[in-house]
Amino acid sequence: MIGTLTAVLTVAAVQVGAAQANVVPGGPQGAIARAVAAARPHDTVRVGPGVYAEPTVVIDRPLVLVGLPGAILDGRGERGLVRIESDSVTVRGFTFRDTGVSFTEDRAAVHVEKAGFCHVAGNHFDDTFFGVYLAGASDCTIRDNTFQAVADRETRAGNGIHLWYSVRVTIEDNVIRGHRDGIYFEFVEDSRVSDNVSERNLRYGLHFMFSDGCTYVGNRFVENGAGVAVMYTERVVMERNTFERNRGTAAFGLLLKDITDSRIEGNHFVGNSVALHAEGVRRIEVTRNRFHDNGWAIQVMANAEEADFVGNDFAGNSFDVSTNSRRTATTFTSNYWDRYRGYDLDRDGVGDVPFHPVRLFSLVVQRNPPAMVLMRSFLVTLLDLAEQLFPVLTPENLVDPSPAMTSRVAP
Amino acid sequence: MGDMLKVLRYELRSVVRGRTVLGLGLFFALAATGLVQLAGSVARALPSLANLVLLAVPLVSLVFGTVAVYEGRDFTELVVSHPVGRRPFFAGTWLGRTLPLATAFVVGVSVPLALAGVPDGSVRPLLLLLAIGVLLVGVFTALAFLVAFYVRDAARGLGAALLLWLAMTVLYDGAILMAVGVFAQYPLEEPLLWAMFFNPVDLARVTVLLSLDASAMLGYTGAVFHRFFGSGLGIVAAAVSLAVWVVVPLVLAGRRFERMDL
Repeated sequence: MIGTLTAVLTVAAVQVGAAQANVVPGGPQGAIARAVAAARPHDTVRVGPGVYAEPTVVIDRPLVLVGLPGAILDGRGERGLVRIESDSVTVRGFTFRDTGVSFTEDRAAVHVEKAGFCHVAGNHFDDTFFGVYLAGASDCTIRDNTFQAVADRETRAGNGIHLWYSVRVTIEDNVIRGHRDGIYFEFVEDSRVSDNVSERNLRYGLHFMFSDGCTYVGNRFVENGAGVAVMYTERVVMERNTFERNRGTAAFGLLLKDITDSRIEGNHFVGNSVALHAEGVRRIEVTRNRFHDNGWAIQVMANAEEADFVGNDFAGNSFDVSTNSRRTATTFTSNYWDRYRGYDLDRDGVGDVPFHPVRLFSLVVQRNPPAMVLMRSFLVTLLDLAEQLFPVLTPENLVDPSPAMTSRVAP
Repeated sequence: MGDMLKVLRYELRSVVRGRTVLGLGLFFALAATGLVQLAGSVARALPSLANLVLLAVPLVSLVFGTVAVYEGRDFTELVVSHPVGRRPFFAGTWLGRTLPLATAFVVGVSVPLALAGVPDGSVRPLLLLLAIGVLLVGVFTALAFLVAFYVRDAARGLGAALLLWLAMTVLYDGAILMAVGVFAQYPLEEPLLWAMFFNPVDLARVTVLLSLDASAMLGYTGAVFHRFFGSGLGIVAAAVSLAVWVVVPLVLAGRRFERMDL
């Protein structure tokens, strides 16, 4: 049935008004490409339901390419599907499938090359190597797409949404599963990533480097092989994202490396091996986040400068804070700690005794990781208590001077 | 079997009449209520509840078990002089002490939690905790019987039981911690996991870790740890080993009882 649909394709250039062309299955090969070639700038080409196994469709003029429900572009494991080389191109409503794996090219279902104002929306990407690949793009929008890849190894997988040297791109309401990295940015500026779901990807849910001035809001990063890792970037804003169940030896809810002048606010970190790992960060504000049921809530290295943790909520973590030095330039203020045992005599909601979030046991584990089997031992509780009363080994100035008595972060 | 059941029935009646078990049940209920109130929710109370199970249950079981043997000595002499086998008598006495205590623990802990409302996510860890508690009751009443049958003097026996508790909850882990420091240069993963199997409290604790701290455990780079903590294997191995920890002291105590000169 699919064979009969794809073997012959026909162009029924039914003109609906001056600016519309329809493509339906049942004519000679390359129907979509011919419809594109015949279209004038800003025309609409509508592709009817059916399976199209055509050579890569190159769009070299401003165009709206619409897949009607059931329109499937199939790469037969051999090629990319759509290549956008012009400004103002819209691609929506398609199912893209089976591009196959390539080790020599960054093969993508939708490849945007040096184009502006593109719009990729409402498509379904089914087992594609790279899903949407933007190189040198600007002012593009990628919205409401779903990406489902079934790769089993990192080396044989591409990224869901991949951006390279692009500016002002909006990525929202997409669902990405099973790729190498869900969303990948390198040299991207002033872009916005919001309300996406990136889960069960082989490596990172979100990975960016050298991508200044980008904003990430309301995304969910769940059960990714290595969580989320972001590096060498300034002016990052991350708000109301969820980092959940990213577990493993190298899995981080959020790994920050050389991140400067950034704000991380109102996010939820739940059930990760390491919720937030910060090294080489400068001037970052981490405020009103929830850190619940993680292995390590915060790992902050001594090379962090002016990292301020204010008003966060720590509960049910195996370790709240660990660090690698007795000296630190990190501050903790007004956080809620479920381990805090101090009192609040004047009832102003602020504990009267400072809280030292680094446990002696976390230092022991840092030096001798196998000692972890002693967690929750009564002995360890005693040692931690003794260290709390007379700190000699844990960082003295890593302290929350005004711990909150109750959680202030809305669930 | 008939003799055992008869002894068991008698023991149960006397234990219930003695009110000690009722008191212990109330203690568990009060502790559980207090923990839930302090923590604010059942889910948040689970870690503290785990501490209660790991510390209080062994202590209570040891004291309760040894006291039972010393108090019942006259009765033992009386019964054993009759045509009642020592083995059924031993089994009946041990069950007669263990079952009420285990019941007091389970009911005492679960009623206040059920009243507070257990969220779906906490049902499994809670059931695990209760199961571990019951196994620990079994392990430590068996150990108590073992101690009490070897040490004739009640005061010294009780002392020995307390020492045993201290050794298993604190000293053993202290020794391990020291060993970790001394042998830091060596691959310790595997020996450490093995060490857990030789102490029932540690074994129970590791099982708790599997359900409460899986995130942290999976963050550690060790293949053996991963196999142990990342699969169902660990929990099965720990549960089976705890059961072994009930049987071995029980068999030893039973053999001692069969041969001892009352």
